[in-house]
Amino acid sequence: MRKNLNVIAAYSIMMVLILMVGIFQSWNIALSIFNLCLISAVMTMGANIQWGYAGLINFGIMGYTALGGLAAVLISVDPVQEAWRAGGFDILMCLWLIIVMVLVIRFILKNFEKSKLRTYSIAALIITGIIIIRVTAEPGIEKIEAVNPATTGFLGGFGLPIIFSWIVGALFAGGLAFIVGKVALGLRADYLAIATLLISEIVIAIIKHEDWLTRGVKNVIGLKRPAPYEVDLQTTDWFIKLVEKFNSGKLSVIENLADRQAALNQLVIEGSSIFVKLCYSGLFLVVVIILLILTQKALYSPWGRMMRAIRDNEEAANAMGKNVVKQHLLIFILGSAIVGIAGAMLVTQDGLFTPGSYRPMRYTFLIWVMVIVGGSGNNFGAILGGFVVWFLWIEAAPISMFLINFFTAGIPETNAIKAHLIESVPYFRFLLMGLGLLFIMRYRPKGILPEKIEIK
Amino acid sequence: MDFLNAIILLLNYIFIPALTYGSQLALGAIFVTLIYGILRFANFATGDMMSFGTMATILFTWYFQSLGVSLGVLPTALLAIPFGIILMILYMLLIDKFVFKYYRHQKSPPVQFAMVSIGVMFVTQAVVRIIIGPSDRRFFDGEKFIIKAREFKEMTGLNEGLALKSTQVITIFVTIVLVSLLFWFLNRTKTGKSMKAYSDNEDLALLSGIDPKKIVLVTWVIAGILATIGGVLYGLDKSFKPFTYFNNMLPIFAAAIVGGIGNPFGAFLGGYVIAFSEILLTYAYKKFFMYILPESMEPNSLVQLLSTDYKFAVSFSILVIVLIYRPSGIFKGKVL
Repeated sequence: MRKNLNVIAAYSIMMVLILMVGIFQSWNIALSIFNLCLISAVMTMGANIQWGYAGLINFGIMGYTALGGLAAVLISVDPVQEAWRAGGFDILMCLWLIIVMVLVIRFILKNFEKSKLRTYSIAALIITGIIIIRVTAEPGIEKIEAVNPATTGFLGGFGLPIIFSWIVGALFAGGLAFIVGKVALGLRADYLAIATLLISEIVIAIIKHEDWLTRGVKNVIGLKRPAPYEVDLQTTDWFIKLVEKFNSGKLSVIENLADRQAALNQLVIEGSSIFVKLCYSGLFLVVVIILLILTQKALYSPWGRMMRAIRDNEEAANAMGKNVVKQHLLIFILGSAIVGIAGAMLVTQDGLFTPGSYRPMRYTFLIWVMVIVGGSGNNFGAILGGFVVWFLWIEAAPISMFLINFFTAGIPETNAIKAHLIESVPYFRFLLMGLGLLFIMRYRPKGILPEKIEIK
Repeated sequence: MDFLNAIILLLNYIFIPALTYGSQLALGAIFVTLIYGILRFANFATGDMMSFGTMATILFTWYFQSLGVSLGVLPTALLAIPFGIILMILYMLLIDKFVFKYYRHQKSPPVQFAMVSIGVMFVTQAVVRIIIGPSDRRFFDGEKFIIKAREFKEMTGLNEGLALKSTQVITIFVTIVLVSLLFWFLNRTKTGKSMKAYSDNEDLALLSGIDPKKIVLVTWVIAGILATIGGVLYGLDKSFKPFTYFNNMLPIFAAAIVGGIGNPFGAFLGGYVIAFSEILLTYAYKKFFMYILPESMEPNSLVQLLSTDYKFAVSFSILVIVLIYRPSGIFKGKVL
């Protein structure tokens, strides 16, 4: 109990802060912050596995998040039959061509010795392959995109419940991580950072512009939900009764019957959106707890000790007979898969997929700030980092508004500098994040909750 | 005649734009490479530092415009650049004193430096947006075109016009002058040589009496000049928007690494490699083939290797390929 005091204290403070938002601003805001905190926590856990356990730097978090989101679309949207009939065959042909190309390249790589001729022939093969694939796919893509472009214009998905996409998102992200890992993991740390960052940009470019698959920047809206809809709840008897029971004290004060009914209606509308958010919180909490248990178990297992050994001294671990390359690849896949889950959760919660919104600032660098601030190598720290940083990211604007008003209290409203500052309040969050990161790195380099390894 | 038309077409849509864009990237790439070679870290704040320098220049440009000072046909920004550079260098030295110096003395690993530079990136981004706002700003004034497409057509009687923007000429000219000065400085002067020595082997350089403080100072000064001028040239040619500058960091990194990081000349060429491959691979060659091929063989499709949406993806793919097969870059930089 004693030794975990700082963890408990940190989490209690965090919860109190969120409760304060609920009391002073509104419960709706508090719950949406809480939900996004949970999603951020999942992302941070993924990054923490790679960075904290194994010392691998992955600046491609944005790409894996987007792939998770793509999984949510492909799983939950109903298939567009017309589009499949129009261009499905061409797309399947293409897929088959890609598989053939990969197999041929593998065959050449295995059966011929390394030479200039081999390199050139592979390059030629890839270029001709790309041209052939483009020529085959083009008519199909055009036909698919022509099918009712205002609402569909893409192939659609499988029409399954969206919850499944959380697993599929993990598989997608893991698959991409396998390819990236095979290619890039041999690089030195800062090169790996740049390479993963650029690869994630390539992934985003593909998701943004392959309209037949993702609708691109036209966005996919109205995804299915795992939680009930607010409109349905507002007409459900048991829910209205529940709201009435919760607020019976408030309602009984109102004498007039019509007024009381109006107040109840208002409460039901508010309550329904809170109820839906609570449903999501429950689902996300389950994911976070499961992941926390698994990662904690892994951290204290022989495998976790091996990972730390590899992180702290690669050569020594190699000399002890540990397969460093294989373990690095494994942990790269695992961490990315967790990020993929978070990506699918995010799209599930929003109910829409907007490829244009994936930007490295929000989905890569902010997550890294969370990992560093929270404490790399410590799962509780990573989760706390997700909570603290997301909370500040959202609440930075009100806080800086308050500070500006406080320091410029004597200056009249019409003052140009004051007006300019108030106008640029949204950008103070960047300042806050940057300063927070710099201070933590300087004065508490191991994060708020540092890594603590105890032998049990 | 058709052949001439084809050449003018390529010149107008590929060669001149790529040369301009390449020059802008090259200046940024030399900035990255210098920081990497001498201060030994990948500076993720590159794009935002460039946007800070540009912002400073824009503020001075506005000031000069309000005073009524101008350069006639040339943009007023050229007059403001020196002041922008001074502000940029001061900002960089401030950041160095309060942030990077500590880690340099601790001899922190490069990864930690990279993380710190992300903190600097956040702060710089905030400063720029708070001061000048996130929106698109054009600050070009003066004569826009040197040759207009229509005039060129009338002059030569060709079907294809050649438009030459003054910003393109300014960009290429300034880049040539600046880069020649830089290489003269690095290769001929004592300070430049000691910088190279410091980059090659820090301990030996210190033993032979090179003052590390001076090296760091000079590096930031050169970096400030490169960042500001590179940023202003890009802003004059296109427009200034903090978010675009942040994004430009990625092709700049690509250029620096493709050219061999730590090698300024490689970075200079790397900028052009990236710019030309981006534009060559995404240009639709239909019109070009229509000129040079007989009518019966004219292509039906656009003859475009990749759609223009994948412009950035091209340079990143090149970088990934280079990283895998030749991590030291095409022109042999530091082997990492």
